[in-house]
Order: sequence, then structure tokens, then C-alpha cells
Amino acid sequence: MTVTVIDYKAGNLTSVLKALRHLGAETVVTDGDPALVETAERIVLPGVGHFAATERLDATGLTPAIRAAIARGVPFLGICVGMQWLYAGSSEAPAQPGLGHFSESCEHFPESPEKVPHVGWNSLEVRKNSKLLAGVEPGEYVYFTHSYKAPVTSDTAATTYYIEPFASAVERGNVMGVQFHPEKSGATGLKILGNFLEWKE
Amino acid sequence: MITKRIIACLDVHDGRVVKGVQFVDLIDAGDPATQAARHAREGADEIVLLDITATHEGRKTLLDTVRRTARELFVPFCVGGGIRTADDAAQVFEAGADKVSVNSAALADPTLIDAIGHSFGAQAVVVAIDARRDPEAADPVRDAQVFVQGGRKLAGRRVVEWAREAEARGAGEILLTSMNCDGTRTGFDCELTAAVSESVNIPVIASGGAGTVVHFVDVFGRGKADAALAASIFHFGVSSARSLKEELAKAGVSVRLPC
Repeated sequence: MTVTVIDYKAGNLTSVLKALRHLGAETVVTDGDPALVETAERIVLPGVGHFAATERLDATGLTPAIRAAIARGVPFLGICVGMQWLYAGSSEAPAQPGLGHFSESCEHFPESPEKVPHVGWNSLEVRKNSKLLAGVEPGEYVYFTHSYKAPVTSDTAATTYYIEPFASAVERGNVMGVQFHPEKSGATGLKILGNFLEWKE
Repeated sequence: MITKRIIACLDVHDGRVVKGVQFVDLIDAGDPATQAARHAREGADEIVLLDITATHEGRKTLLDTVRRTARELFVPFCVGGGIRTADDAAQVFEAGADKVSVNSAALADPTLIDAIGHSFGAQAVVVAIDARRDPEAADPVRDAQVFVQGGRKLAGRRVVEWAREAEARGAGEILLTSMNCDGTRTGFDCELTAAVSESVNIPVIASGGAGTVVHFVDVFGRGKADAALAASIFHFGVSSARSLKEELAKAGVSVRLPC
């Protein structure tokens, strides 16, 4: 099993690569070769940092390659900003469109006495028959660090409560996203990445 | 529900874990990679590795230690000590750290915080502050002073004011160590921790003074800490993160359990 991991220069890939390799996957990293994306078996789009960094996916021609791979049925997992990119956009960088696979947009957490960013271990409430989250028991914890979040919709696979409920995982067919960092979420995170590696139609 | 984090701290000197009292009298407490793996297995929510006597010659040893420690660690991993430039930080990230902590170098050149944050994101920058109350001052908490170089030198900055500047420059978290309390096992400095936590909108990790479960209950309550660091309480089998968290849960603190 080879996973193509996309490097768009938004932070550090080491942890994601390490977790995938720990689970027995081979990894290929590309920062701008559409051919590697078009022929990928599985794609992971990691991401920490600013939504504006996804501009690089457009600049390098990776966006249409990802769109074509998704249409071909290739399993795709977006992590953190990589999940947010699956939506129409984010108020963090209004001029930068996302992929638009999910029609909603990502927004900043509302004003509240709670601190933003949301940093730390929080629980998952799995909402539907999710392949990505198979075997995740109610209330298992995963690690978050983010200030923007996706809304809860019919595609939401899990919600998490911080200030208000938000989509901590999204899943429709072969397209999946997680707002948390499975590569940093202990045994629960490795189980979720393992589910992604084993994902079948 | 968001949980309070229990962070296991490994102070490392020449590639070995050490523990001292108020930054001196170091004693050996094992191999960093072995200790980090054990803490993660025993329920620590995060691991911090601080190279407390980083020297130029020690750099290669540190990167090697980070690489070995990160290899099988799947919880957040923060590394500090001797990170003076964005390039130093890049090497530590490449070796497998998720966050770096900067201290003296950020005080000498605060733009280091902006530079690392710009390349790796705010979540990757922890600003560590070594704080000592100023007993002469009218308000010893508000006027608490920042120290640098492993607590050896006064920085000439007030703790609360420096924490605010660090946040404004893009720090993702503050790691606040009370030098008065460090290693004493008499409890965290809850007043100082609360003063910093109320002044910033980023998480504050309390450090220095952990000795009993009540100290943690106190710093998460009265001290308004988002996370707490412990070193000596774990090292010699006194307590594991898991047993600490089980006790905290009984006291009504929200923690990651089972873990």
C-alpha cells in the first residue's frame, strides 16, 4: 500500500509520515507533481497552519489532479487544514477557494470566554456509520489544535463540543477529513489512520 | 469536552534525563527515548523534552535524542533548549518534534517567535518563561520577573507583559515555570499562573512545584492552567500519568481517560 502525501509547505510532515509508516504503509511525498497524484492509490493532505497556504495546491496544478483522483474513487483523507480545504472555503482566507467537495464554509469559533485556539484532547461523538471511525467508542479522545472549524451537516461523521458542536470528522464515500491530528492522538488516532489505509468501497 | 493535559517533562543533559532542585543539583533519571515511551504508555497527554544545558557540541546529541524519542511516539512532542534560530527549529521539527519551545533566544530576539510561527504555524511555537516573584515589588505576582539562561540571569521583563507580547507575535502556548516552586514538590504558583492565563487567549502550561494530586487540582482550578507539567513526580515510579488522572477525575477535573 502506497500513500501519496501532499506537501504544500504548511508545516511539518514528519509526524504524519511516521504514523503511516508505523502502520506499514509506503509513503510518497509530492510538493507539486500532478502525475504522482493522478496515479495515487491513496492520498493524504495534512496541514497545520493557515488556510491561505492551500493556494499552493492551485499554483502547482495539484487541485485538478486531486479532483480527478477523487472522481476516480481514490480514498482521500484531509487532516486539519487539509479537511477544511475540502469545503468551499474558510473565513481565515476568504479570497482562497477550497475544493468545494462539501458546499459549506469553515468559520472561526464564535466569541466566548473560552480560549481560542482550541488546543488539547477532546472527545468524539460518532454520528453515522462511518468507515473511517469504525471501532471508535463513544467518548474516545483525540488531539486538536485549531481556530477555524467546519459546520455540522449530514456529511459529518463525528462531532466534538468546544464552545459549540462542530464537525470533527467528515465523510462522504471515498472523501474523508478529520479536524484533529490522528498522527498525534495515540492508539485512537492510529486506529483511525489504519481504517483509512484499509478503506474499501 | 476539552480536557486538562498532563504533560510529562524530561529535562535532558548530555543525552540523559536529569532532575534538579531549583535548576541545580542534577541527578540521573534515565534514557529520554525509554522514558518518553513509558510516559506515553502510562497515559501522559504530551511529552516535553528540554535540553537544559544545550551547548554547540550538544546540538548533534540533541537531534539524535529527538529522532530516537520521536520514532515511536504518537502523542504531541515538544522540544526546547538551545533553539536560537528558525533553522535550529527546522532541524528539530525534521527530527520529529511537533512543537519547539523557545526561551532565552526569544527574549534576545523576539522576532524568532514570528519567524518560527510563520514557517511552521503558531501551534508549533511554545514560549517558555522562567519566572520568579519579585518580593521587593508592590505586587509580587504582577511584577514577577523573567529569567534567562536556565534561570541564571534576569531578563529585565515582567512575566505577564512578556507572555502578552509572545502571544501577539504568534506563540501558540506559554510554558510558565515558577523558579520559586521548581523541584520543591510544594505546589504550583497558582496566583502567577492565573495572572498569566487571564492575560492571554492561548493555553498556559503550568510548571514547577508538582508534588501531590491536590497541587494539580489547584492549578487547574484556582490557577486557571490549561495543562500542567510534571517531571520529578513521575520519574522514580512515584506516580504515573494514568493514576494521577484517575485521581484528578475523582476530584472533578476533566481529563483524558481511559488513556
